[in-house]
Amino acid sequence: MQIKYFSWVKEQIGVDAENITLKDNIETIIDLINHLKSKNEKYNRAFKDISIIRCAVNMEVTNLDEKINDNDEIAFFPPMTGG
Amino acid sequence: MIKVQKQDFDVTTEIKNITSLNKNIGGTGVFIGNVREGNNSNLQSMTLEHYPIMTEKQLEKINNEAKTRWNLIDSLIIHRYGKLYPGDQIVLVATFSEHRTNALKACEFLIDWLKTKAPFWKLEESDKGNIWVEEKTSDIDAANKW
Repeated sequence: MQIKYFSWVKEQIGVDAENITLKDNIETIIDLINHLKSKNEKYNRAFKDISIIRCAVNMEVTNLDEKINDNDEIAFFPPMTGG
Repeated sequence: MIKVQKQDFDVTTEIKNITSLNKNIGGTGVFIGNVREGNNSNLQSMTLEHYPIMTEKQLEKINNEAKTRWNLIDSLIIHRYGKLYPGDQIVLVATFSEHRTNALKACEFLIDWLKTKAPFWKLEESDKGNIWVEEKTSDIDAANKW
């Protein structure tokens, strides 16, 4: 699965994209966040307050309880500020 | 039409490109967003980051929503990304209809929706350092009113 990060989420994690293989116990976005948080302090800090984290699955904005698959493109970012 | 680009745009040219193709356009609604210097932080520049392909998809979706709600002959959204400076143009929303009401309403709707639904993020570089612009409650309220 490819994960993309934008804005300060990208800055805090330190990469703009990465590939991971989905483990069996990761079924939803929130499972993925918890898995990433367990990796190291950078992820832990980026995902500290998930009320200000938005996500997209295959470029569609979704909720954190959305189910995910290994071939999905996931993106994490702060609330959008276009215009 | 949707354009996501680094380069600046010329409003008159962009509008004439559309009005010259359809002589039934009687009213054009236009919104241009520019980088503001700000009142007290002395903004030096603003860098707009976006999510390529998703940006185009989202803008297309928002644009289609406007077309289903109002009777538009055409519409155009140009959104820039990259490093911009105070006074620079960021965004153009232009809506074209037979009469003014549809064009003006749709134009306001489009800019309200793309504030919170288009995947752009703004990094302000000023005397205070580099700060990511946060979502504003007033923008959420403006989007929700439609």
